[in-house]
Amino acid sequence: MPHILTRSLDRASTIFILIVAAIGVLVPLSNLLLPEGSYFQVPTYLVALWGKYACYAILALSIDLIWGYCGILSLGHGAFFALGGYAMGMYLMRQIGSRGVYGNPILPDFMVFLNWPELPWYWYGFNMFWFAALMVVLVPGLLAFAFGWFAFRSRVTGVYLSIITQAMTYALLLAFFRNDFGFGGNNGLTDFKDILGFNVQAEGTRAALFFLSCAALIGTFLICRAVVTSKLGKVLVAIRDAESRTRFLGYRVESYKLFVFTLSACMAGVAGALYVPQVGIINPSEFSPGNSIEAVIWVAVGGRGTLVGAALGAVVVNYAKTFFTSGPLAPYWLFMLGALFILVTLLLPRGIVGTFNAWWEPWKAGRDADAASAAREDGVEPKPNPAE
Amino acid sequence: MSITLIDRFRAAAISLFLLVALATPALAGAFEDAVAKFANDEFSDTAEAIEAVAASGNRLAFPIISALNEERLFAVPESKKVFIKQADDKIIDAATGAAVDKLPDGASEVRLNNRLRRAVDAALGGLTLMSSDPAARISAAQAVFKSHDENALKTVEEALAKETNSTAKTAFAEARAAIVLFKSDAPETDKLDAVAVLKSKGDQEALALLTSLGSGQPPLIAKAVAGAISSIQGNLAMWSMVQNAWYGLSLGSVLLLAAIGLAITFGVMGVINMAHGEMVMIGAYTTFVVQEVIRTSYPGLFDYSLFIAVPLAFVVAGAIGVAIERGIIRFLYGRPLETLLATWGLSLVIQQAVRTAFGPTNREVGNPSWMSGAFELGQITITYNRLWILVFTLAVFAILLAMLRHTSLGLEMRAVTQNRRMAASMGIATSRVDALTFGLGSGIAGIAGVALSQIDNVSPNLGQSYIIDSFMVVVFGGVGNLWGTLVGAFTLGIANKFLEPVAGAVLGKIAILVLIILFIQKRPRGLFALKGRAVEA
Amino acid sequence: MNAMNLRQTSALLYLDGVHVSFDGFHAINNLSLALEPGEMRAIIGPNGAGKTTMMDIITGKTKPDEGVVLFDGTVDLTRLDETRIAELGIGRKFQKPTVFESQTVQDNLLLALNVDHSVKGTLLWRGSAGESEQIDKVLETIRLTDARHRLAGSLSHGQKQWLEIGMLLAQDPKVLLVDEPVAGMTDVETHLTAELLKEINRNHTVMVVEHDMTFVRELGVKVTCLHEGSVLAEGTIDEVSSNERVIEVYLGR
Repeated sequence: MPHILTRSLDRASTIFILIVAAIGVLVPLSNLLLPEGSYFQVPTYLVALWGKYACYAILALSIDLIWGYCGILSLGHGAFFALGGYAMGMYLMRQIGSRGVYGNPILPDFMVFLNWPELPWYWYGFNMFWFAALMVVLVPGLLAFAFGWFAFRSRVTGVYLSIITQAMTYALLLAFFRNDFGFGGNNGLTDFKDILGFNVQAEGTRAALFFLSCAALIGTFLICRAVVTSKLGKVLVAIRDAESRTRFLGYRVESYKLFVFTLSACMAGVAGALYVPQVGIINPSEFSPGNSIEAVIWVAVGGRGTLVGAALGAVVVNYAKTFFTSGPLAPYWLFMLGALFILVTLLLPRGIVGTFNAWWEPWKAGRDADAASAAREDGVEPKPNPAE
Repeated sequence: MSITLIDRFRAAAISLFLLVALATPALAGAFEDAVAKFANDEFSDTAEAIEAVAASGNRLAFPIISALNEERLFAVPESKKVFIKQADDKIIDAATGAAVDKLPDGASEVRLNNRLRRAVDAALGGLTLMSSDPAARISAAQAVFKSHDENALKTVEEALAKETNSTAKTAFAEARAAIVLFKSDAPETDKLDAVAVLKSKGDQEALALLTSLGSGQPPLIAKAVAGAISSIQGNLAMWSMVQNAWYGLSLGSVLLLAAIGLAITFGVMGVINMAHGEMVMIGAYTTFVVQEVIRTSYPGLFDYSLFIAVPLAFVVAGAIGVAIERGIIRFLYGRPLETLLATWGLSLVIQQAVRTAFGPTNREVGNPSWMSGAFELGQITITYNRLWILVFTLAVFAILLAMLRHTSLGLEMRAVTQNRRMAASMGIATSRVDALTFGLGSGIAGIAGVALSQIDNVSPNLGQSYIIDSFMVVVFGGVGNLWGTLVGAFTLGIANKFLEPVAGAVLGKIAILVLIILFIQKRPRGLFALKGRAVEA
Repeated sequence: MNAMNLRQTSALLYLDGVHVSFDGFHAINNLSLALEPGEMRAIIGPNGAGKTTMMDIITGKTKPDEGVVLFDGTVDLTRLDETRIAELGIGRKFQKPTVFESQTVQDNLLLALNVDHSVKGTLLWRGSAGESEQIDKVLETIRLTDARHRLAGSLSHGQKQWLEIGMLLAQDPKVLLVDEPVAGMTDVETHLTAELLKEINRNHTVMVVEHDMTFVRELGVKVTCLHEGSVLAEGTIDEVSSNERVIEVYLGR
């Protein structure tokens, strides 16, 4: 499969990977090695914050893969993110062991509080990291597979699909709020102590988690690039632009959608799993439909159909969110977020990177005669008006 | 022992001729003596005292017995003085009603045992059984029904005999039946009659009473009781179905109301408006503002507040709808996913704007008097606000349907949605029709907000809670078909309420969502789908 | 099953007694039609005669309410979906030219090539000399060799029509269903398209739906006129165009 990798690495991708790799290595090193208060030392709270952004960027990539390249607008990707997060949270809860408030070696505190006699079966195995790590990918993947299997085979498309994905995450939101569901109800899972024997609060662990998040971001990016630059990627774009034409060419559209939707859900699950130890909590509000749709706007801002754009959009929007919600402008943040939705769809349908490409490419094409290679700087750009 | 022979006679006479005693002016000396008995600290004397005081007809009788009941009656054994500690902590002399500075030393609470407590309950019941207010008599009869104390039998029978109010009469008859059933020495035929009365009462209380009778009854009665129990259970099951159906209809009407505007903007125009819920919310806040103005300036008009709010909400939400269509949506026709995102952003802005203007907490919207209260229909209670909302919803639906069929705007709307280019070439100003259609959908959402303000919390998040449900209704019912929306709303409402008792409220809702998701995948175009080439294009 | 496997007709495409109605409107009404292997057939008829719906039925987009639709005399097309029917070798060009606008002309043809269409196959795909050769050949046939790196969306209307025909060629189906290939073309382009279709017909069975009578005449093949969902007349262009009923409902006097 090496041809897949070489094909997928063009200049923009290489630059992106190098930048993320540099941040992923330098930030933890600066945090750990330089003295506190030094100008170049990245404080621990920033490491955690940026680690969160990296996880959001992975989520954005997973959304862009299906929306930007295959035209599937999922308003329920936050659910896959949260499921991955819960799988990791369950591992972290079991790691607490007898250090909980009630000191029960097996049962997490909330179960003791609710007088549960024993661990429910679906918590079995989560004391082992490998099992939890497997579930992080498997649970969102299986849900997406089952959901997609029904939806795509019945040709639920466009806004209908968006609405039922939203209903899906809403149903999960209601379910996870329930105490008897066995996931900590309203409060979710929190008060984590260790991950793989390391204290989750420790600076070293945080730095390592940050590094891992960046590594996962690069990995996800590479997988996405490999997919979209393969012939499969061309089929996905074909489905996005003219679904029934693709079908009449003899492609099993539902299989393609199912593949890419499931892959995307697994990526979202990984993002959630890395997110939870860094923020220290996972609760049902992660399932709220607003979260999922907010993640979609990151992609739209950055530029859907451009993977770099999706990752960039996630970081830019979340940086803005952190900046505004922590300052005196906090009450206006929702106005700004709302305006962002409206303005981006109306005025910047290609997003930041897409618009940049649209300016840059003709200029570059004029500069060097070889226009052919420039036509695909970063995947295939979406038409602003995909056929439904 | 200062009880004279005459006093004894009087007391006896009173206890014998209870009814007469209640009707005649109080005999002060006898009353004071009876009260003094509370101070003896003997259960038997206390029992006599309760009976005598209850029979005295004195205005202090009720305060004394209720104070006894609530452990606020104190007595000084030496002085034979009895005191009531009132709810406001003031002390009065139980025999005279005169105010006292403080409880004298040595005053202790009058003690009760379980037998006495029953007597107290019965006495309290008896005291109100003769009330001039029918409602008080009925609730007293119901109290007796629950306690089924033998002591009350005579009073109940007498009250029954002179009762003229038919509801109260039934209540007394039922109370009497309850007593007779539990009275060990009552004749068997009377008991059988009592069972029959309870059976025809047919509710949860009657069931509880019959069940608590227990075994050890003569076979004839046991058989009658068993029959009555199963009959009541069947009856109750039937009524609980009716109740679920009513709740379902009520929920269905709310869903329909919230979804009906969406059926126009999404179903007819194909525009997916995620800010639809916010139009509902704006309607609710319009009602709030109207009521505020009325409260401060024209309090007399409060009962008419909704009649003012409905057209106003239609205009306000409709105008905002037109503005949204002209300002945002018209640039996004043919791009449904972008429309979805832009209108979601809009919903965030509107919510935050309302939060800024009115605060994040719930605002108080009152029910006009004609919408408050409830009435009983068999075993179920129907509240007027729910009933009126059902009526209102059906009216809105009918008006909308008529409007689409019989007005020129309706005709133009249908023309534009079926073939935009053809309509344009026929001289229809399609962009004006688009704006008006969207305004109509939004205006109806505003009206829905007025109705929902009567049963839901008016907060900036009001709309959010309806948006997913509304979409489910429209998609389930079939896009582009108002009747589908009607059937969809009531189906989901009723299904939800029948699932709730089985699965619980939250699980029921989840089950419905899952069922809809599966249903859409089976029939992607809903219950009443249009089919053909044009639809797919 | 045995009965199904017995060849009932020599026709490559065989429709008999097909009915379709949409909400009470009879789009196709007792339609019977047979297309022999190697034949080119022109279908004419007024708007709403059921031409496109007929193609929808053959390609599996619309399921008929009743009737027989057989491919190659044995395969019941009414039981299959679009993908399966395309895999059998029935290609379709839409009325409105439908190409993948955001991809290059070359990629459009690449997607159409009749090779492994599975998810795994496309994910692990790497080009082969045979494939590029085939694409080059098609590009030449449809006269778009110079435009191979251009985005399909930037092509002219006529070029898009040709690209779509080229995609059909790359797909190499047994039957080509071509819906209004010359709509919106100039006279020169129309002529070239007729030549192109005749060339394609040497190796493929073709069914063309078209309104342009000059074009149909130029094709010089058997003509079927549809009206209200059933066959009104069938024969040479001269026979059909002199048919009284055809003149009345379609050609006009």
